Amino acid sequence: MKMVLIQFVLIIVVVLVVARLFRSRGARAQAIRRIGLLVFATFAAVSILFPDVWSRIARVVGVGRGTDLVLYALVVAFLSFTVTTYLRFRDLETNYTRLARRMALDEVRRRPEPRAAERPAVEPPAAEPPAAGGPA
Amino acid sequence: MSTSAPADDVWLVVPLYNEGSVIADVVRDARRTFPNVVVVDDGSADDGADAAAAAGAVVVRHPVNLGQGAALQTGFEYACSQPSMQWVVTFDADGQHQVSDVVDMLAKARAEDLQVVFGSRFLDDRTTPSLAKKIILRLAVGYTNATTGTRLTDAHNGLRAMRRDVVERLDITQNRMAHASELVAQIGQMKVRYGESPVHILYTDYSKSKGQSLWNSVNILVELILR
Repeated sequence: MKMVLIQFVLIIVVVLVVARLFRSRGARAQAIRRIGLLVFATFAAVSILFPDVWSRIARVVGVGRGTDLVLYALVVAFLSFTVTTYLRFRDLETNYTRLARRMALDEVRRRPEPRAAERPAVEPPAAEPPAAGGPA
Repeated sequence: MSTSAPADDVWLVVPLYNEGSVIADVVRDARRTFPNVVVVDDGSADDGADAAAAAGAVVVRHPVNLGQGAALQTGFEYACSQPSMQWVVTFDADGQHQVSDVVDMLAKARAEDLQVVFGSRFLDDRTTPSLAKKIILRLAVGYTNATTGTRLTDAHNGLRAMRRDVVERLDITQNRMAHASELVAQIGQMKVRYGESPVHILYTDYSKSKGQSLWNSVNILVELILR
């Protein structure tokens, strides 16, 4: 009965974190991530000073041991890290693609290729007259 | 019905990646009917780009390998810079596609006033993919139809004809394999008139040796979900 509570909480947290990170960009998402990191760091410091604090929280939310709670927290943290990193890489790749495309197109424009008529000739221009009409 | 519609306003966009052994023949063959061919060399390590240029294609070179989706978008942007362009046809570099199918597609588009014509392997029985490939392709079609609001019989076909006004609005950001679904999705959102035309895909030994592993369908799905 008590395990149900922590399972419920963790599933909600996982879903929220993923949903949040999936769709969000910009200042707000970044701020939320930073606050999360700050809370995480503070909590890490506190738990070093008072190792017992995890066990107490664990008992409150219904997990047996503090170690288990730390593991759950780690799973959530790792998952959000994975998703954020994936999205960051995607954004990076988009920018990198635009840059490379610009370079490629500029290069063609700088050295304009000969027009169709001047490009290497095509053998018998009307070797295969296009078939008439499309399928019914 | 137009028998010999002008081909000067058609640009074939051919993404090229390490297919130097066949590209020259593909370009030469295509240019007998469609003189305008832009080959987007996606950072190939071989000399395919030079071969394509020698065969008479305009070659745009990506400085690094970006993926087929990125190459198509580059080709679209190049084609849009040509004022005379009215149609863009995406065409594979590996010799799987038939120029005669493109002629049929454009004739259909002009006759029925369609803005987009997708090629489909499943409208007739000329194309014979393996059973595993067939199943995966069917699943892909089902997924694409369900998520994009389009009704197609073959979503992952590299042969498509698109009118200028459609091409100008396309923005393919899926660099890797998911671009085919993304393209269908964007066209679905535009509410344009589209149709399908039967095409024959030649599964040659060469294209089989290069072909998409079925594992790629897993990658496509992940790329589509995590966008």
